[in-house]
Amino acid sequence: MSTETAVATARKTVWGGGRSPFNVRWGKLYMWIFLVSDAFTFSSLLVAYGTLRHRFTDIWPRPGDVFTHFPFIHGNVPLAYVGLMTFILIMSSVTMVLAVDAGHFMKKKSVQLWLGLTIVGGLMFLGSQAWEWYHFINGSALEGPNEGAYFAPDGRVAHTIEGQEGVLKFHDGTTIKGEEAEHWMKSGEFFQGANLRRNEYGATPLFGNFFFFITGFHGFHVFSGVVINFIVFLLVSRGVLERKKDYELVEKVGLYWHFVDLVWVFVFTFFYLV
Amino acid sequence: MSEEFISPDIHHEHVSHESEEKAHEGLNTKVIWKVFWILLGVTIFEVGISFTSIPRTILLYTFVTLTIVKAYYIVGYFMHMKFEMVPMQWSILLPFVLIVYLIFILIYEGTALGLIVY
Repeated sequence: MSTETAVATARKTVWGGGRSPFNVRWGKLYMWIFLVSDAFTFSSLLVAYGTLRHRFTDIWPRPGDVFTHFPFIHGNVPLAYVGLMTFILIMSSVTMVLAVDAGHFMKKKSVQLWLGLTIVGGLMFLGSQAWEWYHFINGSALEGPNEGAYFAPDGRVAHTIEGQEGVLKFHDGTTIKGEEAEHWMKSGEFFQGANLRRNEYGATPLFGNFFFFITGFHGFHVFSGVVINFIVFLLVSRGVLERKKDYELVEKVGLYWHFVDLVWVFVFTFFYLV
Repeated sequence: MSEEFISPDIHHEHVSHESEEKAHEGLNTKVIWKVFWILLGVTIFEVGISFTSIPRTILLYTFVTLTIVKAYYIVGYFMHMKFEMVPMQWSILLPFVLIVYLIFILIYEGTALGLIVY
């Protein structure tokens, strides 16, 4: 038999039907295909963020200056809270992979335990995100009625400094005080917090827009993940998967859940760290 | 009808048992926790160096590299990709070349946008 016919025969048996060419079941493969398309959506969002941030580097807020709050701690703890959120999500990814592992051994009780913990982790993450949105939207209003940013008519913005009255700080770190600051405060428009049209953290509304859209889109993925995990949890608890002798469903939702974690790793780097 | 012909059975897919078994080896609870500690360690390291006075450009490249390292561990171990067949790995991962291209053209575009004077 020549090499050519050998290759042809091999092709026929691999792709000829009747078996999975990739040696995975179709449900898992379809989940992967969906995840690739979803990854493209997230990539587009993050690359768009990168492009506009690159364009407006000079006025773009530094995330380290924006996300400085931590529950029960007064003062500056930049990025600690996002770090905690990352930890929660990685942790829930681990419990999910342990649930999948338990499923391979048909251990219903373990699957229930680990899947339950994954749901708890997801809910904790969603709660943390709600807390962060609350602080981002209200901003300086939570520190006092006089803290906030003054927008000059030409669009430049100066921010108050907590504990130093009559001193304003610009994005590049320079400060003004006395008459100059008073003039700025009189002619400028006072603003606290963030919405889609304006935010106190910098002179560009794009920062707020991307924050709401990217973390919101990701948060909605986490929310859907929690709902799907909960449905699978119910199916496991009622013994549906045990009767089928097949815990593949846990594997499929597991893939989705890890993907959500994976996206957060990228959001964490490109939105918060860089 | 030749003997080779096997009717496609959508209910019982023919995933060879031997390779299924093989696929699961290498990912036990010990490995899972090891991956967890790596991911946690890398994250803490990233937050740590973001406050140092290392030049921003070096930091940027470090963050990107470490993010890809984390992605490798999540996709490879948690999502089991490391233990799938090579053709499957290529089918899933190759399309992301387009994202690299997208990054390249849009960073270029971002620079060009910065040159526009209103």
